[in-house]
Amino acid sequence: MSELPETSTSTPPQRSTVHIALRTAAILLVFSLVFTAFMASFYYLTEPHRLASEQTEKMRLIDVVLAPSRDGLKTFYNNTLLDDAIILPPINALGTSENTRLYRARKNGQPAALVVEAIAPDGYSGKIGLLLAVSTEGQLLALRVTQHKETPGLGDYIDPKKDRNKVRPWITQFSGTGFDRIPPEQWRVKKDGGHFDQMAGATISARAVTNASGRALAWVNEHREKLFALPANTLYKE
Amino acid sequence: MSALNNLSDIARNGVWKQNPLLVQLLGLCPLLAISTTLVNAVSLGLATILVMLLANFAIAGLRALIPYEIRIPVFVLIIAALVTVVDLSFNAFLHDLYLVLGIFIPLIVTNCIVLARVEAFAAKNGLAASTLDGVMMGAGFLWVIALIGGLRELIGQGTLFSGIEMVFPSLSGMQVLSADYPGFLIMLLPPGAFFTLGLLIAGRNWIETRANQRLLDQRKHNDKPAEKTAPATA
Repeated sequence: MSELPETSTSTPPQRSTVHIALRTAAILLVFSLVFTAFMASFYYLTEPHRLASEQTEKMRLIDVVLAPSRDGLKTFYNNTLLDDAIILPPINALGTSENTRLYRARKNGQPAALVVEAIAPDGYSGKIGLLLAVSTEGQLLALRVTQHKETPGLGDYIDPKKDRNKVRPWITQFSGTGFDRIPPEQWRVKKDGGHFDQMAGATISARAVTNASGRALAWVNEHREKLFALPANTLYKE
Repeated sequence: MSALNNLSDIARNGVWKQNPLLVQLLGLCPLLAISTTLVNAVSLGLATILVMLLANFAIAGLRALIPYEIRIPVFVLIIAALVTVVDLSFNAFLHDLYLVLGIFIPLIVTNCIVLARVEAFAAKNGLAASTLDGVMMGAGFLWVIALIGGLRELIGQGTLFSGIEMVFPSLSGMQVLSADYPGFLIMLLPPGAFFTLGLLIAGRNWIETRANQRLLDQRKHNDKPAEKTAPATA
């Protein structure tokens, strides 16, 4: 009677170290697998919804960047943008690392403006997505931020919704500018000796947006004819 | 009765006695970054309550399965998964709110208070008590960060509720101080959060010391007559 409990207490300690380590590792592995599967399935389940809301938001922003050119009676363009898009491969000057769509606004078949996405890679917390509308005269009609992770309350004024100045949000100073008025070497924030304002204490976000918009504008101006000439829905090649 | 007392203790601990920001000094990273305006602070506070509720609930439910030696990695894994899921569901189903709050949700992972409560409370207590603890600790975080956000906004830029139109489009922020108030930049920068938090901690300690002192005095007062009245009259 007295031997039974002794063996049962003495055997576990002998194999315990390896046994417990293996058991613990297995449990950790199971937890990782279960929760990774949980996250992954949730990611795929919500993907259609997320893409749909992103697309709606992008179309709303395209309306915004093309809005300054619509003065009531005269519509600036009259084609369906979604049908007149071309696909851009990743382009260094735009900072893009994936295929993006470039929309072409035309008035009665004549080129009017290009709507292009760009990425500012050097935001304070990661990339800043931009949307630019550039007229055929090389004017930056308007610029908006599509996505960013800048510090709330500090760098996020690049998004007019978060800007405290509701009358003239920071980003609207780019509307209607172009290299004819502000030469490329002046296309910087004031702190870097350029033309554009920035908020004290949060220069990095403004600098990233300003520099990226300058690069994108230069690229669009350089390639405009080729971009307008491509048939819709084809892939642009540099 | 004791269960009820226990629950009210949990509530009092979260909101005052063990307040995450004023006493435990946890969650300073989001505090510095987010408490620049009242609306931002309240938004982050609400998102934090949601995540703490979920995390404490999940871990109190799973605690029997988690070996003691690997509890921290498992906790981190579970919290990260929950935050990811909350982030994705806001993005997918509440997109308007996501555009406002979206940036705050991933930031909650940086808040040590979530892991601290899971480790200190949810790993040792039942489902109901743990869930309540999560909510109450979140509430304690919320009121302090809201107060700091309000003070920093008021002193830093002379307004209150700026940015509320992102949450309720029909409302707009208030200009509290005169419109030509020059602003006080340092309050909007991280040092401002430290100053405000320091003053609040001092204030809380002052209130606590006074309450303790009064309690001591009272006890002394109550004790004294019993001992000293006799010799005094004699």
